[in-house]
Amino acid sequence: MSGETLTSSEYIRHHLQNLTFGKLPDGSWGIAHSAEQAKEMGFWAINLDTTIVSFVLGALFLFVFSRAAQKASAGVPTGIQNFVEWIVEFIDTSVRGSFTARNDMVAPLALTIFAWILLMNLMDLLPIDYLPLIAHAAGIPFLKVVPTTDPNATFGMSIGVFVLVVFYSIKMKGLGGFVGELTLQPFGKFGMPANLFLEGVNLIAKPISLALRLFGNMYAGEMIFILIALMGASWASVSFGSTLLFGSQVVLSLGWAIFHILIVTLQAFIFMTLTVVYLDMAHQEHH
Amino acid sequence: MNINATLLGQTIMFILFVWFCMRFVWPPIMQVLTARKQLIADGLAAGERGKHELELASRRAAEGMHEAKQKAADVIAQAEKRATQIIEEAKAHGKEEGDRLVSGAKAEMEQEVHRAKELLRQQVADLAIAGAEKILRREIDAKAHAELLTLIKSEL
Repeated sequence: MSGETLTSSEYIRHHLQNLTFGKLPDGSWGIAHSAEQAKEMGFWAINLDTTIVSFVLGALFLFVFSRAAQKASAGVPTGIQNFVEWIVEFIDTSVRGSFTARNDMVAPLALTIFAWILLMNLMDLLPIDYLPLIAHAAGIPFLKVVPTTDPNATFGMSIGVFVLVVFYSIKMKGLGGFVGELTLQPFGKFGMPANLFLEGVNLIAKPISLALRLFGNMYAGEMIFILIALMGASWASVSFGSTLLFGSQVVLSLGWAIFHILIVTLQAFIFMTLTVVYLDMAHQEHH
Repeated sequence: MNINATLLGQTIMFILFVWFCMRFVWPPIMQVLTARKQLIADGLAAGERGKHELELASRRAAEGMHEAKQKAADVIAQAEKRATQIIEEAKAHGKEEGDRLVSGAKAEMEQEVHRAKELLRQQVADLAIAGAEKILRREIDAKAHAELLTLIKSEL
């Protein structure tokens, strides 16, 4: 727990608050010190923790991979090169499996999505209180270390994917083809409003479901970590009950963390696969 | 947990990351993977070829060995034949030479006998003449009867 004695709901709220930078009510620019302040900042504010952590992780991924790419040779691969090639081959195989058209952008896109989301999700496995505690000691009021528990991050990516889907739909089928796809099926041209409604929902559902699935999973996982941590934190004195609570916190965090490794990887993989599938659909004449 | 400008920042970051990955990460790694695939395929093909060549070479070696054995056997048989032939020839030659020597010796012997006979005849004739001379010394003029004496001599 971070410093002062907090109630359970305060503790939870504290953990779920981003470090937001924006215009304060008094007109100056600064960091919000409460959820209400952050809310009042409106749209033109930025979550520093999400932005910085996700940038650092993305840069780490690209640094490691591009270094390996530069040093790579066709001979016997060693160490990091082996690891990088393993991931690249895995992505390449899975993209070849679900993407039938020819587009040199899709595989690197899939790799970036998978690696970046995986790294961001893995932040969830760090002990939940350590980084916020260190940040608090350094004078930073809030710190949410898992960028994918911030809908801004997941929607940011899914909007990028959505733009690509629309772009390639128009590029492959022409503007007329894309509009036709939205309005002329499944009921033919006389059911145009109904068609537009159905296909519109279909189209909009893609980025929203992508973003909300990842956000929901990671947010729920984070929440359970918080609750487990709360349980252990509720011990007051050295007694049998407290020891039991503390022990069960250790056991439950371990169990949930191990289970969470699966979710972390699976969510990254699902986001990647669905992106590839949506882009494949964008490249198809009929679907 | 508010939607704010972070959204835009994340989208821009996402696009930049994808661009970077597409530009600097993916192509070189794929290139290396393709190159390695080619390398392995080449290596396997070379191995296969080597194996094939080894098989061919061992077959050729076996053939050569067989041929050499055959040739050696031929040479030995020929040599044996030639040896017998030489022996036969030498035998024949020896016999011939022996016959020649024997016949030469015979001829010489005959000649010798002949000469001895001639000599003997001469001596007998001389003796006879001498005897006759002694007997007829007075009666026969050697010069007058020379023709007669010579005739007798040749008839002896």
